Amino acid sequence: MTPFVNPRIEHEPAIAHLEPFREFARHAPYLRDGARKYSRKICASLEDAVRAAGVRDGMTISFHHAFREGDKTINMVVDLLARMGFRDLTLASSSLLSCNAPLIDHIRNGVIRRIYTSGMRGKLAEAISHGLMDQPINIHSHGGRVRLMDSGELAVDVAFLGVSTADEFGNANGISGRSRCGSLGYAKVDAARARTVVLLAEEIVPFPNAPASIAQDDVDFVVKVDQVGDPSKISVGAARITSNPRELLIARLAADVIEHAGYFKPGFSLQTGTGASSTAATRFLEHRMRARDITASFALGGITGGIVDLHKKGLIETLYDTQSFDADAAESLRTSPRHFEISTNAYANPTSKAVYCDRLDMVILSALEIDLDFNVNVITGSDGVMRGASGGHSDVAAGANLSIVVGPLIRSRIPTVVEKATTVVTPGECVGVVVTDHGIAVNPNRPDVAERLTAAGLPVTTLPDLYRRAISLTGEPAPIGFLDKVVGIVRYRDGSVIDVVRQVKD
Amino acid sequence: MKIVKEALAGTLESSDLMVRVAPSPEGALDVVINSEVMRQFGAQIEKVVRETLERLSVTEGLIVIEDKGALDCAIRARVQTAILRAVENPVLEWSALS
Repeated sequence: MTPFVNPRIEHEPAIAHLEPFREFARHAPYLRDGARKYSRKICASLEDAVRAAGVRDGMTISFHHAFREGDKTINMVVDLLARMGFRDLTLASSSLLSCNAPLIDHIRNGVIRRIYTSGMRGKLAEAISHGLMDQPINIHSHGGRVRLMDSGELAVDVAFLGVSTADEFGNANGISGRSRCGSLGYAKVDAARARTVVLLAEEIVPFPNAPASIAQDDVDFVVKVDQVGDPSKISVGAARITSNPRELLIARLAADVIEHAGYFKPGFSLQTGTGASSTAATRFLEHRMRARDITASFALGGITGGIVDLHKKGLIETLYDTQSFDADAAESLRTSPRHFEISTNAYANPTSKAVYCDRLDMVILSALEIDLDFNVNVITGSDGVMRGASGGHSDVAAGANLSIVVGPLIRSRIPTVVEKATTVVTPGECVGVVVTDHGIAVNPNRPDVAERLTAAGLPVTTLPDLYRRAISLTGEPAPIGFLDKVVGIVRYRDGSVIDVVRQVKD
Repeated sequence: MKIVKEALAGTLESSDLMVRVAPSPEGALDVVINSEVMRQFGAQIEKVVRETLERLSVTEGLIVIEDKGALDCAIRARVQTAILRAVENPVLEWSALS
């Protein structure tokens, strides 16, 4: 019997090297099974999903951190992988936070051998800074993470992505259902690049689930779990709202800089990073925008309630959202036709074909330390212990026309302006203005900006002056002792190494 | 000045410190310092505490400092207050307090 539907082509030499057609479902057997056709991706349990995904020792697994301190997915999956006996895994979460302290045991037991992350906080960061891991962690920016994936260095085998809703084909978003994190900007990258994609869905909803932030054609398996995250904890920590008068003073000065630095024109664009003063600066923008009859074309990045408020009032036309920092942002993403979800590839990957951060006029960024060369540290505290994240800091500082770094001159007794940054994450050449509660310093490479801010009567001084003030208040800090062992490698957004973090000496 | 009873001054808020003083049974001066900024400022904190005690002529007692990153001025004020609360009928030499 000829294998061909059309027997006349059986001996045709022109097709001898090609597979003959046999029947319509040969390569899609589920099409012959009415039930399986729809439900073939659904796994009965997370354990089944892990097996179906083919996790093996030594693989690279990835997660997103859009729930920040409220995340339930990372710990749940790694706990299960440990119980199932897997070892030597590379953990590639878009970031890690204080809530990930339970990973310490899994590192100690050899379940996790290597880590790629934007940052870390709390007990996990403390333990790794004290030499918990044999191999140093790699710290990347949000854009740099995508570049590491595209370069092949960070090849994700299985992505475990927590979503509030998914349909059985794997169309998923973070704006419907119970635990809504809003934008899935980090997860979109993993969904598009991981070899196997497992969705952990809090609710499985009828097909078609729309919008499909993560689309069915990227998803291998879907499993229902009790809870993927607690959205009320997204705005805990770095993304908090402040009523602290000193932080509000800095925020107001930052708004003054926005107004007078030369980019405050109709159609301007801005981003406010995490950190109290940065987030709060939006509160001081409204009346400045109204007084000068200026509206912004777009705001980018981590979107906060403050930015959403300006958007609702018509002062910012469009929002591009990689991470929704609070419930207001998530709700706006759901309801506003001009609030768009974007991946970190479109946001900030330097090797992407175009990134939004390159279109920014101004960005407000935070800092743990700023040194006399304007280099910024957002990773290590002045005690040498990791307590922060690279985030989009170096990406946006490089792309924006003016980056404004804000911070209190001293935090309790710790100076923020220092002689040499403990760890450099963002190079000083990308930092335009430093705003503290004791004055503003402008990078000498921006004389145009210095001139405008001085003309506007703002308290412009120099970094050496701010440094002297800080030391006169706090005294000279004793240098921190480090051991030789490298515990973290800070990758610049283009993949190059900009600094290392060494183990702290006790 | 002689510490005759236990006394407290300060809080555990960030940028403040809690000072606890008590009489010393052995007649020695014992200064214990715990600080969030021990690595960077431990020596400086001890120096300020001992100088403040010296100016108040405190030569014996147990002084326990729980520091949350306070500046020197706050450390001096809290130590002075704790000592003055711990002595009987203090005769203040104001010039020694500044």
